[in-house]
Amino acid sequence: MHITEGFLPPAHAVAWGVASAPFVVHGVRSLTREVREHPESTLLLGASGAFTFVLSALKLPSVTGSCSHPTGTGLGAILFRPPIMAVLGTITLLFQALLLAHGGLTTLGANAFSMAIVGPWAGYAIYRLLRRYDVPLMIAVFFGAFVADLSTYCVTSVQLALAFPDPSSGFMGALGKFGSIFAITQIPLAVSEGLLTVLVMRLLVQSSKGELTRLGVLLGRQGSRDETEAVAR
Amino acid sequence: MKKNTKINILLLLVVVALAVLPLALGLGDHKEEPFTGADGEAETAITEIEPDYEPWFSPLYEPPSGEIESALFSLQAALGAGVLAYYFGLHRGRKQGERRALERVGEEPKADKV
Repeated sequence: MHITEGFLPPAHAVAWGVASAPFVVHGVRSLTREVREHPESTLLLGASGAFTFVLSALKLPSVTGSCSHPTGTGLGAILFRPPIMAVLGTITLLFQALLLAHGGLTTLGANAFSMAIVGPWAGYAIYRLLRRYDVPLMIAVFFGAFVADLSTYCVTSVQLALAFPDPSSGFMGALGKFGSIFAITQIPLAVSEGLLTVLVMRLLVQSSKGELTRLGVLLGRQGSRDETEAVAR
Repeated sequence: MKKNTKINILLLLVVVALAVLPLALGLGDHKEEPFTGADGEAETAITEIEPDYEPWFSPLYEPPSGEIESALFSLQAALGAGVLAYYFGLHRGRKQGERRALERVGEEPKADKV
């Protein structure tokens, strides 16, 4: 659930826009380079964007008695690195802002910063960290996607608390308020997103070994261990 | 059923359970309007903190009704699901085609059947 149109003061809206813009520009460059150098990855890029499309359209009920939706950005960040997701995530946000009145154009910068930039980077960082310590692929994928999802909504809470500090309890008070609306609601949804990302990754391991090896998700020669692990799970 | 398929179905079932449990356990019962969007709740929280805040921009296009909105959300999901299905279908078909071509040539088909 993104920040609604017009609900960030102009100064904040502009500041988040300025903060996001370089990431998106850099992402567009990475994306065009990827497509130019590896035209065969276009399909998988499309599938990663499609995954974000599906997941961010699924409004699911949560333990707090309200609804929110996953982001689907972890998968693409793991496959193609986070800069690509800065673009694919922003496209999804733009679609929702223009057609669904969900999120907004004035809040696009802030929403892109949380969902298309911080989420993918945080998820990717956890994924890489776990992989470095030889955690099995699918477990690393789960936590990568989980963190990408949850961190997105933590950032949303911080953004709102910065814009609307509580008159009595200040920034921290407002953070608690927005955090309980967004972050707590998101925990079970982040678990769901982690599981769905693992599911898609399992299907990819079956159908697109070559691609995954080229992208470094599966290791080439010594990677048979990964694959057997992935299948064994 | 193959073990792989079983695990995939299990993953889906857990996701379904996570979505259904809050509804089944009535976790929204303490609210006047249960299971509204978290973004709407954030709007309420903002007006609580700053009662004078007026949104200074409104969406260029707003779906005229809840039905149209849900139609557009479904469209978004359908587009994504379509592309994903195309991807996996294409790869499966390619593999099948390769295997058949190999069989026709008379060679041993690849061992790693998927």
